[in-house]
Amino acid sequence: MNDIAVLGAGMHPWGKWGRSFVSYGTAAARAALADAGLEWSDVGSIVGADTMRCGYPGYVAGATFAQALGWQGARVTSVYAACASGAQAIGTARAQILAGLADVVLVVGADATPKGFFAPAGGERPDDPDWLRFRVLGATNPAYFALYARRRMALYGDTAEDFALVKVKNAKAGALNPLARYRKPVTAEEVEASAVVADPLRLLDICATSDGGAALVLSSMEFARRHGHADPVRVRAVSTVSPTYPKAVLDLPDIATDSAAAVGPAARTFRASIARAAYEEAGIGPDDLSLAEVYDLSTALELEWYEDIGLCAAGEGTKLLRDGTTALGGRLPVNTSGGLASFGEAVPAQAIAQVCELTWQLRGTAGGRQVPGARVGITANQGLFGHGSAVVAVR
Amino acid sequence: MTRTRRPVVAGWFTDDTVPEAEFRLLGTRCTACASVFFPREDDWCRNPGCPGGGTLAEVPLSPRGRVWSYTDGRYRPPAPYVSDPDVPWEPYTLVAVELAAEAMVVLGQAAPGVTTDELAVGAEVEVVPGVLNEDDRHTWTTWHWRPVAREERS
Repeated sequence: MNDIAVLGAGMHPWGKWGRSFVSYGTAAARAALADAGLEWSDVGSIVGADTMRCGYPGYVAGATFAQALGWQGARVTSVYAACASGAQAIGTARAQILAGLADVVLVVGADATPKGFFAPAGGERPDDPDWLRFRVLGATNPAYFALYARRRMALYGDTAEDFALVKVKNAKAGALNPLARYRKPVTAEEVEASAVVADPLRLLDICATSDGGAALVLSSMEFARRHGHADPVRVRAVSTVSPTYPKAVLDLPDIATDSAAAVGPAARTFRASIARAAYEEAGIGPDDLSLAEVYDLSTALELEWYEDIGLCAAGEGTKLLRDGTTALGGRLPVNTSGGLASFGEAVPAQAIAQVCELTWQLRGTAGGRQVPGARVGITANQGLFGHGSAVVAVR
Repeated sequence: MTRTRRPVVAGWFTDDTVPEAEFRLLGTRCTACASVFFPREDDWCRNPGCPGGGTLAEVPLSPRGRVWSYTDGRYRPPAPYVSDPDVPWEPYTLVAVELAAEAMVVLGQAAPGVTTDELAVGAEVEVVPGVLNEDDRHTWTTWHWRPVAREERS
């Protein structure tokens, strides 16, 4: 097994704090180091997940956090893969550990977000698909979430109430999480009374954009044992797959899919291939899971992930929601952290935060959100422009 | 004041020299593997299984397709979408359309006045020329999807 140990997990609470992303990331890093019982000087390598919204320091996040913690000469890496940046940072750290380049790696991601819709980088850039989708179509991120939601309604008979119940479930979990931004239970009526943003999705169906930071201290299994961690949480697989041609599902920021006229589409969609690669590497399947953290950019998208990580067949996600399988106390709770519904999106921190939640669940320290006897968890998410992100953690 | 008509992106659809009924989106097709690209790919074929040696030739896309999904924008999108902040926001409709011959889905705004109530997944729509916005010097043209009229269908 290519296991590595998770020695420490730490987060800065999500919210709109009005400070620099550096302060959130540094706070998360210090919390993760304290959790691991290690000093910053023990870290041989730091990997930062970049943010594109905070100027140059955000493009070189690894160095920015290293400077904030105090230069100590560690190997430094900065990675960007949109929402999948955190998984790439974890993947990079793992590769360094398994290659023997570092015993202990600190992974950090943090963001400070503007109010309202995410917008593309400035300037006149007609060669950039992300710029073009705004210029030509005004297609915001929620517009794409709404296209998927409407399609589910047409294909599977999902309803606005089904979507609202995802929010209700996640808000209930988030209310138990001191790190979440939104900590109030929400009713289906409140979701259905909120303003329509992009038909059929309403404000409370769509995740907010937040400030936040998350960090992990990862090490080799040998280092963990030497330092008294006999049974640490382990990362067993990291999937960072890209799509296969032709990519037949419309994704952000596409204006069109690839054509499947000359070459037929792959048997599996891109989203389904993300978890599949993680399962294959970990040698487990969906039946082995105790819990999952998935990227609920919208309520409807959470249902899509149930299907894409193999919890059920296509179109059956709503059934798992309705029968309570994926709620706290159910057979396979999904988004025990409260998910993006309760956190809002802090792009480079999010995939790392998902693994923080798995870590606390697998240690049995998740408090009121604890999944009894949790042994195996998966995270899943997708970064725009074709970045898969899934992590399997076990104990 | 006379505004010059200009496509919002050059080369993505036929220009004003073509009669309105013959308006088409323009993609490219690889002469070696027949893969179609929209937005157009002019440098290299992106099919990793392409034998190579082909060129990318301009090709009009099917004028009609079926609705894959649709939504609307109830809030003003950020720049570079152009809208007048002093005028109340008018929602527009977005349609994703499946083209059978090309086996691909193409997004576009719906023709002005078409609301989500008039659309359904699977319904037939056609591409028509449209105007995205106007400024002092230019009328910026684009493509729109419009439901195929009931009488035409029957």
